[in-house]
Amino acid sequence: MENFFLGFAVFVVLLFGASLYRIAAGPTIFDRTIGAGLIGTNAVLMLVLIGVMYNRVDMFVDLALTYALLNFIGVVALAKYFERSREDKP
Amino acid sequence: MNWLAVLLMLAGGVFLLVSAVGFLRLPDFYCRAHAVGKAETLGSMLVLSGLAAHNGADLTSCKILLTVGIIFITNPTATHALLCSAFRSGVAIWKNSDAAQK
Repeated sequence: MENFFLGFAVFVVLLFGASLYRIAAGPTIFDRTIGAGLIGTNAVLMLVLIGVMYNRVDMFVDLALTYALLNFIGVVALAKYFERSREDKP
Repeated sequence: MNWLAVLLMLAGGVFLLVSAVGFLRLPDFYCRAHAVGKAETLGSMLVLSGLAAHNGADLTSCKILLTVGIIFITNPTATHALLCSAFRSGVAIWKNSDAAQK
């Protein structure tokens, strides 16, 4: 079971790589923002996985909860910040 | 070996993989947000449910299921807010003729 969790953690790290590629290459700022949100969601999975692997889930699950809420607030704030009307488009 | 946990996590892993491939391959921002907003949400929920099933019935599993609920509500909402903001900013929508030109 430990090896299964370790393999799944490696898989999640590969998903981080996919998001990082889109953040580097994304044509618009919104692609980059949604990539950052994707990394945040995968980080929640990663935190709970690390907690299960080290038998400290009771501590890591609080971190995961907080991270999920902060990720949501950050993405919505960035969405509002980068919004502009069609009129003042360059 | 908890087979329910393994089954849920493998199903979630398939959804996460599909979401990442869609995020890399689809042509414009709206399609990519479609891949992230739905498949990523379901994949994360399945993986976290699998981890809760592995943990057993106690307070920690309740907290993991609370995280599942938070992701179920907030992840599509954040994606929707980004899409709304991108549409108002006038991000170009992909059309079939764009593929024909390339």
